[in-house]
Amino acid sequence: MIEFDEVSYGYGGGPLLADVSLRLAAGSFHFLTGPSGAGKTTLLKLCYGELIASQGRVGLFGEDARSLGRDDIAMVRRRIGVVHQDCQFLDHLTVAENIGLPLTVSGRTATEEDLGELIHWVGLDGQRQSRPPELSGGERQRAALARAVVMSPDVILADEPTGNVDWDMSLRLLKLLVELNRMGKTVMIATHDLNLIRTAKQQVQARVLRIASHRVQLAGADL
Amino acid sequence: MSRALAILQFLAGDAQADRVVPPTGFTARLTVFVSATMAFLTVFALALSLATGRLAENWSDALAQSATIRVSAPDGQVEDQVIAVMDVLATTPGVADARALTDDEQRALLEPWFGPDLPLDTLPVPRLIEVIETPEGFDAAGLRARLAGEAPGAVLDDHTRWREPLVRAADRLRTLGLVSILLIAATTGAMITLAANAALAANEQVIRVLRLVGARDAYIARAFVRRYTLRALAGALVGTLFGALAIWLMPEAEATGNFLTGLGFRGVEWLWPFTIPPLAALVAFMATRRAAFATLKERR
Ligand SMILES: Nc1ncnc2c1ncn2[C@@H]1O[C@H](COP(=O)(O)OP(=O)(O)OP(=O)(O)O)[C@@H](O)[C@H]1O
Ligand SMILES: [Mg+2]
Repeated sequence: MIEFDEVSYGYGGGPLLADVSLRLAAGSFHFLTGPSGAGKTTLLKLCYGELIASQGRVGLFGEDARSLGRDDIAMVRRRIGVVHQDCQFLDHLTVAENIGLPLTVSGRTATEEDLGELIHWVGLDGQRQSRPPELSGGERQRAALARAVVMSPDVILADEPTGNVDWDMSLRLLKLLVELNRMGKTVMIATHDLNLIRTAKQQVQARVLRIASHRVQLAGADL
Repeated sequence: MSRALAILQFLAGDAQADRVVPPTGFTARLTVFVSATMAFLTVFALALSLATGRLAENWSDALAQSATIRVSAPDGQVEDQVIAVMDVLATTPGVADARALTDDEQRALLEPWFGPDLPLDTLPVPRLIEVIETPEGFDAAGLRARLAGEAPGAVLDDHTRWREPLVRAADRLRTLGLVSILLIAATTGAMITLAANAALAANEQVIRVLRLVGARDAYIARAFVRRYTLRALAGALVGTLFGALAIWLMPEAEATGNFLTGLGFRGVEWLWPFTIPPLAALVAFMATRRAAFATLKERR
């Protein structure tokens, strides 16, 4: 699905990521950890074409990311659901409309039932008609997760999806992601939460990638 | 036909898609206002062009093939000179027909100035001879020279002398009217581009989010373009109606003689102003589309 071949990236002063090679196979489940500022968000951005590698090749569904035009990137993003760390929404639309936005922009219409079920899943029944600025941090993250999966994408990239929610809600969101993975979706979650990783490992075969000193390593069972 | 259908579909749009861009406050009002004002002005420029076009045509048509010879001479010699002039005219190439006006006709001509009871026979009024030219026309200088020899009291009044500059002026006015319309269209396009660019800049965040959820350029652009096209259409419709109303309410030109031939629209010409709103919409469509795609290309 997504492949990195000796990818380097830096925002200017020196490389942030160097010589990163990794492969997200279809149906795999990955965690991405590392200290704050290590480059987790940056790596995810490389995965959905928001950033283009300074060196090396990023393959998205078999295409070189560098060769993709803006419209191609848009098509790629319809196959990759992303939960952004900063959870951006359109503040003039309701939460329900925001969750259905990926469908709207691709010219599809969400059935009330499907959307309702999804919203119920992330526990936002009461906030359907609210505007995003009225949501709490955790509610925003849940809405972002719902929006990321509404297209039933092939790949789901989640950047700190449980950063602002309590443990019970974390488990619930994790369960949703594990469920989606069982349906064959490729999942990658960037997180600091080692407890979450441990719990996940009991439910699913998950690999843990760690960013340390600009490189990505496969973490052992020592978590 | 299918193209017209596509445009109609575009304008009808899908409401949900349209809502992804938030309402844009002052740029919206600016667009409507500019379109209305410009449409209003275009109506006048159009009326001016059509009226001067008509004027130029009338003058060059009605007067093109005629000239007048005035014969004034001491009593008793007038008739002789008229006969002499007619002889000259009969042998002048380029003269299709010539005819001395009857007393009644002369009286009718002078009536507006002197009243109906003009004693023509006691007044030294010159006799008038109407000359109809062939399409090629006659050589005015040559005719004048011959007239001076044969009938010293005859003066050739060649309409083209004063007509030509008038026709040229009318033509020039029409051109100016058309140039004004083009300038108005260009200004409208520039203003709407400005408004659209302001809206695009104000909605940078919205565009970012739309991109992140997989919206293509065409989709994002359409949300803006549709809006501006509809606003320009609505504004221009209002402006055109007011402009047409103002023209319609203008005093009848007939009362002042046919000289200006009326600055208004005649008959089917009334259809012309109603091409303004669709054209304004087209200008807005192209301007916004260009602005949107330029902005979207700039930001990845
Ligand atoms: N747009 C940018 N321009 C310049 N530097 C940036 C930009 N975005 C991120 N950085 C820098 O790159 C580094 C990595 O940022 P990144 O967001 O990838 O970290 P992260 O691992 O996701 O951290 P966190 O766990 O806090 O979310 C940081 O030092 C950050 O300051
Ligand atoms: Mg981050």
